[in-house]
Amino acid sequence: MVEPVQLQSERLPVGSAGKLSGGWWGVQTLIVTEACLFGYLLFCYFYLAAQTEQTWPPDGLPSLLVPGANTLILLASSACVWAGERGVHQSRTGRGIAGLTAAIVLGTAFVAIQLMEWRNKPYGMTTDLYGSLYFTITGFHMAHVIIGLAVLLLLLVWAMLGYFDSRRYVAMTIGGAYWHFVDVVWLFVFSTLYLFPYL
Amino acid sequence: MASADITERPIDDHLARVPEIGCAPPGSDIEVQLARTWESEPGWRGWLSTVDHKAIGLRYIVTAFIFLIIGGLEALLIRIQLARPDQTLLTPEQYNQLFTMHGVTMIFLYALPILSGFSNYLWPLLLGSRDMAFPRLNAFSYWIFLFAGIFMYVSFPLGQAPNGGWFNYVPFSGPTFNTGPNIDVFALGMVLLGISTSVGSANFVVTLFRMRAPGMTINRVPILVWGTLTASVANLLVIPSVSLAFFLLWLDRQMGTHFFDVANGGKPLLWQHLFWIFGHPWVYAIVLPAMGIVSDALPTFCRRPLVGYTAMALATMAVMLIGFEVWIHHMFATGLPTVALSIFGAASMVISVPSSIAVFAWIATIWLGRPVFKTPFLFFAGFVMLFVIGGLSGVMTAAVPLDWQLNETYFIVAHLHYVLLGINVFPVVGGIYYWFPKFTGRMMDETLGKLSFWVMFIGFNVGFFPMHWAGLLGMPRRVYTYSSRMGWDGVNMITSIGSFVFAIGVLIFLVNVVVSLKRGALAGPNPWDAATLEWATSSPPPAYNFAVIPTVASRHPLWEDRLDEGRGRSNFKEGLLLAEGREAISTSPIDAKPLAILKMPDDTSTPFFLGLFISLLFVGLLLHWWLFTAATAIAGSLALIVWLWPRKALAQRAMPQGDNNG
Repeated sequence: MVEPVQLQSERLPVGSAGKLSGGWWGVQTLIVTEACLFGYLLFCYFYLAAQTEQTWPPDGLPSLLVPGANTLILLASSACVWAGERGVHQSRTGRGIAGLTAAIVLGTAFVAIQLMEWRNKPYGMTTDLYGSLYFTITGFHMAHVIIGLAVLLLLLVWAMLGYFDSRRYVAMTIGGAYWHFVDVVWLFVFSTLYLFPYL
Repeated sequence: MASADITERPIDDHLARVPEIGCAPPGSDIEVQLARTWESEPGWRGWLSTVDHKAIGLRYIVTAFIFLIIGGLEALLIRIQLARPDQTLLTPEQYNQLFTMHGVTMIFLYALPILSGFSNYLWPLLLGSRDMAFPRLNAFSYWIFLFAGIFMYVSFPLGQAPNGGWFNYVPFSGPTFNTGPNIDVFALGMVLLGISTSVGSANFVVTLFRMRAPGMTINRVPILVWGTLTASVANLLVIPSVSLAFFLLWLDRQMGTHFFDVANGGKPLLWQHLFWIFGHPWVYAIVLPAMGIVSDALPTFCRRPLVGYTAMALATMAVMLIGFEVWIHHMFATGLPTVALSIFGAASMVISVPSSIAVFAWIATIWLGRPVFKTPFLFFAGFVMLFVIGGLSGVMTAAVPLDWQLNETYFIVAHLHYVLLGINVFPVVGGIYYWFPKFTGRMMDETLGKLSFWVMFIGFNVGFFPMHWAGLLGMPRRVYTYSSRMGWDGVNMITSIGSFVFAIGVLIFLVNVVVSLKRGALAGPNPWDAATLEWATSSPPPAYNFAVIPTVASRHPLWEDRLDEGRGRSNFKEGLLLAEGREAISTSPIDAKPLAILKMPDDTSTPFFLGLFISLLFVGLLLHWWLFTAATAIAGSLALIVWLWPRKALAQRAMPQGDNNG
């Protein structure tokens, strides 16, 4: 007669413990599927650009100065979120709050500068094919930045309410991962729309 | 850490503890406590707020089956119209809407949702868990599916249903040639449905990697789990493609963009690429879990384990992997370069290798077993035959020159119906016969069951096999009528007769369901003497699934004594109790060692409201009610914030010592 297996009982974390939490896994699947969405958007761009008979982009090469600076602003906001998360991990909630606040300010600046970019374009979404692509792709990204800002704002509120300490702060990790994703994906969008035409 | 530690710190804090191991026989205090914690409130509030995977799974199955019946009735109307030449029952426009809605309903609202239903119901039971990884997301996924289904049918009674075929090619579906709301309903409905499918898929992926019972190592999970996992990963990767395609089409139609607008440099073929990059993996997403149903249930009736478990698991993933590289076989006739056609044609043929591995594994299981000819066995054996026929016509159409001849003819219609009914509907109906006792506690009637199988099987073949012939005679698909001088009268009449016989078979099955629900013989926990974990608990299972989390020692936990494989025996009597509120165990992805005690959410109606607001947002977009759209977006955001708010009860927040309220 073979005996039933006996489970050895060990001390285990309870609830949403860091990267053992469901939310951390969930945000990974979200990032995978959203990354695919941007992949398909950029596929549309290259597919249509490769077959176009017009000059591309129709209004000449884009200026790199403002969008380049804006890219740096967005990357800086990612660094702030990272520093804030580290702060919370080290039980320094003040640093967490400061990091999130700085990230929100930088993210909002990115949105404002991007809106200015939009206003300065001589074409609109319906002017021509390039305009449709440009505004749809940057529009999709803008929507993600705004959602990301809402997430950061929520994290800030929670941090100020004292919901996080060095042992429970997974919401920071999850929200931070989403924000980093939004920033990394911008590098692809930026390379496609601004750098690729120079090749 | 050893258990000695806890004697020093008995209730260290609420963020870590040693889980209790013990027994919980029926009627014990712990069992009563579990029932109280996990059962949903009675009445409509409980109905609206339940997050129990079993309730959600059954809702998925019932809703998808209702869509199957609606799609079937549409098909019968089509077959009456086509039974004889020069019929005038339907106008061409009505015919267009009917065949479009038939395809949309069957492919999007029936085929995957019914499998999601099976997987939702069965996964936690198969894996020895208390629920899915994200119970609230699960409820949300169902509500969005239901609302998206209703959404896609709103314009049907107005005579303005989608009318461009289920793959909805531009430029016909663009703003120039299709001015009504027909296509907008389809486009927005598909984006909405995509949300449901995506979150459902994420839930399955995370559940597999985290929610298995201790000891259920990755090489012990049932094949159904492999099938749904593979399909879910694929969905995460390709759903964005189709959602984007439909969204861009909606922008073209309503906002004046130019993605598919030929006059301004847009490309209609972009639509076909985006659609089929999604579309072909989707075909596998709607058959792989059904193949998993057969791989898990067929061995029960062969009285032996599945032959070639590892080969089957690998074949499942290989089909999907190659399935990402075959979408252009839907576009052979579009004038793409020969080299592309050759590569994609070859890839399409290669798919027959893993498919054959699966077929031979099933045949070998029957061959080496001692088959018991119960109703589910008949459906599964019938499925193997239909799979082979559908697969063969698939290999034929993978050959580029032959496809040029057969494209857009009834041969393709025959092929896709053999594949989709053969590999989806037959396993699903067989699966319902098989798991009905688990769902309801009652057996289905065998006499009616066998009758339903034979009527369905004969009706199906009489109905669909002649379509191959109609295609070879050159009959194009999607024509609303034909002249008798074409020589298609005979095959069409036979097809129509067969389709009605098939419908009678489905009707017999439905009668059987209704009768058995009331009068079926009571089933014990394991009426088929099957091997997998879902049969280790009562029928129907209690709200908490397992009072004691099973500790698994092999691939066939309930057949261990007679198979005598492995060193230990699975333990159902003594194990993790996890009774301090709604709890589940999280285990490591590969070898299923306990990692964490998960706090599971209580019932809540937030998923329902979030689903409702998002669906209303799409109504706003459809009708251009921008203020309404903005209001629903705000309401949805609030619902989401409520949902995500960190809770002490779920141990998501910092907790000072001794504070356990929340």
